[in-house]
Parts: sequence; structure tokens; C-alpha cells
Amino acid sequence: MDVFGDPRNVDATVSGFVWILKLTGASAVLALVLGVILAAMRVSPIPVLRLFGAGWVNIFRNTPLTLIIFFCYFGLYSTFGLSFSDDLPLNTYWLGVIGLSTYTAAFVCEAIRSGINTVPAGQAEAARAIGLTFAQTLRIVVLPQAGRAVVAPLGSILIALCKNSTIVGTIGLMESSSVMKDLINSYGNAGVLIFAVFAGAFALLLIPTGYFFGWLANRLAVKR
Amino acid sequence: MSNTTSVLYDHPGPRARVRNAVLTVVFGLALLALLWWVYRKFDAAGQWSGNLWKPFAESETWTGFILPGLLATLQAAAAGMVFSLAFGVIFAVGRLSEHRWISIPAGAVVEFFRAVPLLLMIFFIFYAVPFLIQAPVSGFWAVVIGLTLYNGSVLAEAFRAGIRAVPRGQSEAAYAIGMRKTLVMRHILVPQAARSMLPVIVSQLVVLLKDTALGYIVAYPELLQRGVNDLSANYGNVVAAAIVAAVIYIIINSLLTMLANWLDRRSRTRGGRAPKVADTPQPPVPQGAGEGAVVGT
Repeated sequence: MDVFGDPRNVDATVSGFVWILKLTGASAVLALVLGVILAAMRVSPIPVLRLFGAGWVNIFRNTPLTLIIFFCYFGLYSTFGLSFSDDLPLNTYWLGVIGLSTYTAAFVCEAIRSGINTVPAGQAEAARAIGLTFAQTLRIVVLPQAGRAVVAPLGSILIALCKNSTIVGTIGLMESSSVMKDLINSYGNAGVLIFAVFAGAFALLLIPTGYFFGWLANRLAVKR
Repeated sequence: MSNTTSVLYDHPGPRARVRNAVLTVVFGLALLALLWWVYRKFDAAGQWSGNLWKPFAESETWTGFILPGLLATLQAAAAGMVFSLAFGVIFAVGRLSEHRWISIPAGAVVEFFRAVPLLLMIFFIFYAVPFLIQAPVSGFWAVVIGLTLYNGSVLAEAFRAGIRAVPRGQSEAAYAIGMRKTLVMRHILVPQAARSMLPVIVSQLVVLLKDTALGYIVAYPELLQRGVNDLSANYGNVVAAAIVAAVIYIIINSLLTMLANWLDRRSRTRGGRAPKVADTPQPPVPQGAGEGAVVGT
């Protein structure tokens, strides 16, 4: 009962969720940018770029995120000495962001590519007919329509990203799942309460997010 | 897929061909430079040294670490797949039930487990449930139950969407020949939903297989635990071991995806869409003369 009466536990819980939100925010931006670039590569007329995009997607989509995060820490940091900050949690945070965005970008790329495929061929043909180049066609005509078609899948990817960010706990960041594990280990008989608080917080955050993206997707859908 | 891709740019003329060739060379060189840079980084960190890679040429590495780990991964994945498919069908049907006392709890369970991170559930099952049941929970069951609850909920939503997408005429016809609700669900709706949602289902099974790697956190000896963590503890070759494990995961998941594509093509060509036959325009035959007229009426 007194788990959440102790201010230290409350602080740890709050800071765990703050880490989750920070991880999600930074990785979402990076993954979106990277994913759009990869999608553009995958539909470009240049075979090398198509190969690169396809390779990225096939490698990172089929590797467990746990392994990618593991590699970011023990490979990039421990072996290759890639370091962002002398502050250990902050360094772990950025390593986690790299792993999360590398992985998520593969899914964003595939979502956007399937969005590009929903744009009727006539749109791109018309754009070409008025003399737009490939980059212009993609930027002015195709991607804006594709973007509206993929709001719902991107929403699911964002939700998955938020949940996946707990995996950064495996390389030692005190995000919410690690905080929960420690609390359960110290207050074993309050395990159900602790789980209810943590899981409830995720549910309260993510279920409305899911409905919001569903609503947004409906609103933005291109009426054809 | 490729039809939009090909209309995004014109068939290249002479100038475009030159430009594409130049860009190909430029990006090709950039890619090679990137690979070279990675190679140099490996070299600088001494990662090409033979004794880091030699373990993979010895049978003991495979029989002692990688293969047992792979087997444990596949066991957890297989159990998780069976249970989560069952969970998915049961809760999809439950959520579509006409009885609110079934559909509302089923919906709440599905929404809840879809929103909670898998790691949180695995920790709860592994660390907190033993206090409740006064018995230890093994890493295997922590992983399998966690995977089942999460992926089962995702699959439940996929099945539900699939069942709702089955044309209404199918269930109406089934009711008309006297089938009860359970029978309609079992024999008419679920099989068609499973078939139409096959790509979604398989991609979720790939997710499930990848998520077994979380077993590493509760000391379940799967591929990441045995093949990367334990192996590198013995030989000090984290990077090499992680690359080998990643290649194994990529091969297995690609095989699963290929299997899904093959099943999808097979069910398309093997008259999987039987109702469509009646819709295809029949060759003009005199009324009541050919078989086409029988199908049409």
C-alpha cells in the first residue's frame, strides 16, 4: 500500500515515464525523416538507391529490436567508442534513440511506400505531363496525398514506438519498465497495484492516441 | 506495387539516362565509401581479428550456444504463435458477440493488452505473479504468456476486421440454409477472414518471433541470450556474435514472409475466391441453355 506513499518511488515512476516520452519524441522525429528519405529512395529511378532502401528495410525490419538496442550499446558504444555525453543515462538515451529510430524508420518507409501506391497513377502521370521532374512529382503531388493516406498506419507505428521504447531499459536506462521491475522486487506483495499503475498509465496514454489517429485519418482521407 | 513506381518517372531519354548513370556512379561511390568507413571502423576496433570470428568455424560454438538458443527461440515462438492465434480468434469472436456482457469485456481486454508494452507484461508475469501464486514462473512461460496476450490482442483486431469484411451475403446464405450462429462463425466467417487477413497475420507472427528476443531479459536461454550474451562472454566477440545472430533472425523471418506470400498466391489461384466466379461476366449464352445461366440465377 505504501509503495506510492514514498516520494522517492513516485519520483522514479515519473522520471521513468519522462524518459519514455523523450525517447518516443526524439525517435519519432528521426524515424519519420529517415523513413521518408528511405521511401523516396525505394521509388527512385536510381537502382543503387533502391537497393540501399530495400536493404535497410529488410535488415532492420527482420532483426529483433532488442538485438538492435543491444548492439547500439555493446557494439557502437563499448566496442566502437561512439559516445554522445559523459552523463551515462544521457549517453544511453541517445544510443537508444539511434536504435529505435533505425528500426522504426524501416516500418515508416514501408508505410509511406504503400501510401504512395494508393495514389492513382493518373496523378503522377498528370504531374509528369506538365513537366515536373521526379523530385517535384514526389514532393508536390504524390507525397502529400500519400501522407494523408498513411496517417492511420503511422499512428500505429508511433504507438508501437512508444511501447518499444521500454526496451531501452535493457541497456540500463531507468525508464518505466525498469522502474516497475525494481518496485516489484522491493514491494513484492503490491505487485498487482504497481503493474496496474504502470500499465494503466500506458493504456491511458496510448488508447486515446489510437482513437485520435483513427479520427485524424478519417478527417484527412483523400475523398475519391 | 510497381505500377505506380514506374509512372513516377518517364521512360528515360538520352539526357535522363546520362543523369541516372552519373547519379548511379555518385551514389554507388558514396555507398562504397560508407562500407569502407564501416570496414575501417571495424579494423580500428580490431573487430576483424581472427580469434573473434574463429569460434563460428568451430562446431562447439554452434552445438553449445547458437543451436540450443535457436531451438529455444523457435519453441517459444511456436508456443506463442499457437496460443496467440487461439486467443485472437476467441477474442475477435467475443468482441463481435451480440451479448454485451461478452463483447464489452472482450473489447476491454483486447484494448488493454494492445496498449501495454510487452516488456511490462513479461516483468509482471516473471516478478510479480510468483508472489500471487506462491510458485516460480519460468522464463519460458513468462515470455510465452506475454507474447500471447500482446500478439493475441493484435491478431484479435485483425480477425475482427477480416470477419467484418466478409461480404454479408456469405453469412446470410449460411443462415438461410439453417446454420446456427456458432456454425456460421466457425465454418463461414472465420476461415474466410483468416484467408483474407493472412498477410497481416503473418507479419504479426514475424513480430512475435522477433519479440521472443525479450526472453533475454528474464534469462530465458534463447538465441540472443545464448548466441550473443553467453557466447561473447566466453570469446569477447560481441559484435561478431550480434551480427551472426542478426543474420539468423533475418533468414528465419524472410522465410516466414516468403511462406506467407506463397500461401497468399496459392489461395488466390486455387479458387479461394469462389463467390467471384458468379460475378465474372458470363459468355453470352441463350437463356437456360448453358451452365452459366444456372450459376447466374
